Amino acid sequence: MKTIYLDNNATSQVAPAVLEAMLPYFHELYGNPSSMHSFGGQVSKTIRDARENVAALIGAEPDEIIFTSCGTESNNTAILSALAVNPDKRHIVTSRVEHPAVKVLCEHLKEKGCRITELAVDSEGRLELEEYENSLSKDTAIVSLMWANNETGVIFPVEEAAGLARERGILFHTDAVQAAGKIPINTRGNTIDMLSLSGHKLHAPKGVGVLYVRKGTKFSPFLIGGHQEKGRRGGTENTASIVALGKACELAGGNMETENTRVKYLRDKLEKSLLETIPNSRVNGDRMNRLPNTTNISFEFVEGEGILLLMDQFNICASSGSACTSGSLQPSHVLRAMGVPFTMAHGSVRFSLSVYNTEEEIDFVIEKLPPIIERLREMSPYWKAESSVCGIRDTETQ
Amino acid sequence: MWEYTDKVKEHFLNPRNVGEIENPDGVAEVGSIACGDALKLTFKLDENKRIKDAKFKTFGCASAIASSSALTEIIKGMTLEEAMKVTNQNIADYLGGLPEEKMHCSVLGQQALEQAIANCKGAPQKEPGEEIICECFGITDREIERAVKENHLTTIEEVTNYTKAGGGCTNCHEKIQGIIDRIYAGGTPEAPKEPKPKLSNIQKIRMIEETIEREIRPSLKQDGGNIDLIDVIGNRVIVATRGACATCQASQLTLKGFVEYKLRELVSPDLVVEEEPS
Repeated sequence: MKTIYLDNNATSQVAPAVLEAMLPYFHELYGNPSSMHSFGGQVSKTIRDARENVAALIGAEPDEIIFTSCGTESNNTAILSALAVNPDKRHIVTSRVEHPAVKVLCEHLKEKGCRITELAVDSEGRLELEEYENSLSKDTAIVSLMWANNETGVIFPVEEAAGLARERGILFHTDAVQAAGKIPINTRGNTIDMLSLSGHKLHAPKGVGVLYVRKGTKFSPFLIGGHQEKGRRGGTENTASIVALGKACELAGGNMETENTRVKYLRDKLEKSLLETIPNSRVNGDRMNRLPNTTNISFEFVEGEGILLLMDQFNICASSGSACTSGSLQPSHVLRAMGVPFTMAHGSVRFSLSVYNTEEEIDFVIEKLPPIIERLREMSPYWKAESSVCGIRDTETQ
Repeated sequence: MWEYTDKVKEHFLNPRNVGEIENPDGVAEVGSIACGDALKLTFKLDENKRIKDAKFKTFGCASAIASSSALTEIIKGMTLEEAMKVTNQNIADYLGGLPEEKMHCSVLGQQALEQAIANCKGAPQKEPGEEIICECFGITDREIERAVKENHLTTIEEVTNYTKAGGGCTNCHEKIQGIIDRIYAGGTPEAPKEPKPKLSNIQKIRMIEETIEREIRPSLKQDGGNIDLIDVIGNRVIVATRGACATCQASQLTLKGFVEYKLRELVSPDLVVEEEPS
């Protein structure tokens, strides 16, 4: 049976053209770009091209691109660098819905003596800019806010937030891992100082990421060693993956329109159909300011793991914010921060699409999911088929 | 992804005995929707006082559903005395084992069985003197003790895997360690506990009001509902449902699963929310 992959915010397939571009660098062109001989030296030229392609996707200069091993490394580098270059400042502003690569790092830094402000979000997952502005202080070393949320797709007004930080001379970092390639990013038009990307979320392989550091930003490296990346990130370049990321960014630029038309259409069709056919279901997150590929839907009175495993019987891949699937005993921190009621939080499913999904796949999910929910509800002690339960805005229009 | 045995998968995909028996001889509901798993067990005895039929309804993950299914299969044909001896390990063994982190699913089944038998015998469901240790998941000292003794648990992490206790805010870890230490110290009595600072009635009412305003009302309002605080009598919080909540058949669930949960979490663990009699 064909795999229907609707979990692209977790990871995405390597695009065929990307795979083709990277393969020679394992076997034929395996030289070290730092070597003096031309066999190695020729690779540095391809890395330069890749750097240009990555820079082009976000409107940056090639010199502002640092290749890293993943989004987590980029996020860690940015925040730790800000603390290193501002030794007298020990306050970090972030939000309650960040990815663990920022959230857990900040919790760790709190134990080390930093003061952390975790900004709240409203029930739609939106940030309150006034609260944000009030949280900035003379002691603030860095603000780190995600561009788009991985679980709900909700987009934060990071450019506006970066402007407010800049007015106060505070460094601003954004985790743009989910946003890159899905919505336009132009570092020329904003004052964001640092920005993280990850390869495997945009059809490059796992194990490569980027930290954009605006020219003129004080920076302190995380990995110290060789002169690679102009001394800003030691370690021999992951040449094949860097080449792959360059190609993936080139493709992403070309696919941006498709993401916001066809992918968005498929996402909307999936969402609308499920809400219409499954009672007591609702979308989590601000539907007006959201990535075009993501929908997070809660089905009341059932538990997410059961939904995922029954969908797995049809090779449909998605994620859930339920406690049982989060690896902890509580539902996802994002849904809790939004105050999603418990009856809803445990039954949340995130579908995240890509340009590789087809309408047939979406129609298949629309056909298979309603009986799955019904089956689990019949087993649930809370479900009464006739009840119209509060907490529901099932067919509410936008 | 969890590594479930084929037996767990099979019982999840084809659960036995789903449903509710009408006029059961024994019934129990354990867990809560806030905790992420809940089980309603009903059984009926035959003329020889053996369990003739057992059915379940479960809200929870695959292993919770499989554990419930296994439980009903295990107890059919047993006398109450035999059924009382069923442990959570029996349920896990029946399924060919459960992942460590999922052992609480088998404990949930065992608890439901214990309570349903007590219900059948007409005994009170809770023993006096129980204390809630884990406020996030409402787990008592006796439940933790039983899990520790039956499964030879020695660490807080194991207790969390088996009972969920300590898996939320982690504030109770010290108390859980205390229970473990006491059991393995050969039952030396615990030092007298320092009394928790007691809230004055005025403080309590104020905190309840604040919590409703800040944590509860906004969520209800989104759904067109609302509640008003009518009175606080001892630990009974009397509220009136308004708007969509007033006509909603599931408002009891909201009151218990959400309003009471929040008030217990944020004000005092012994509060009980009641709807104003109309």
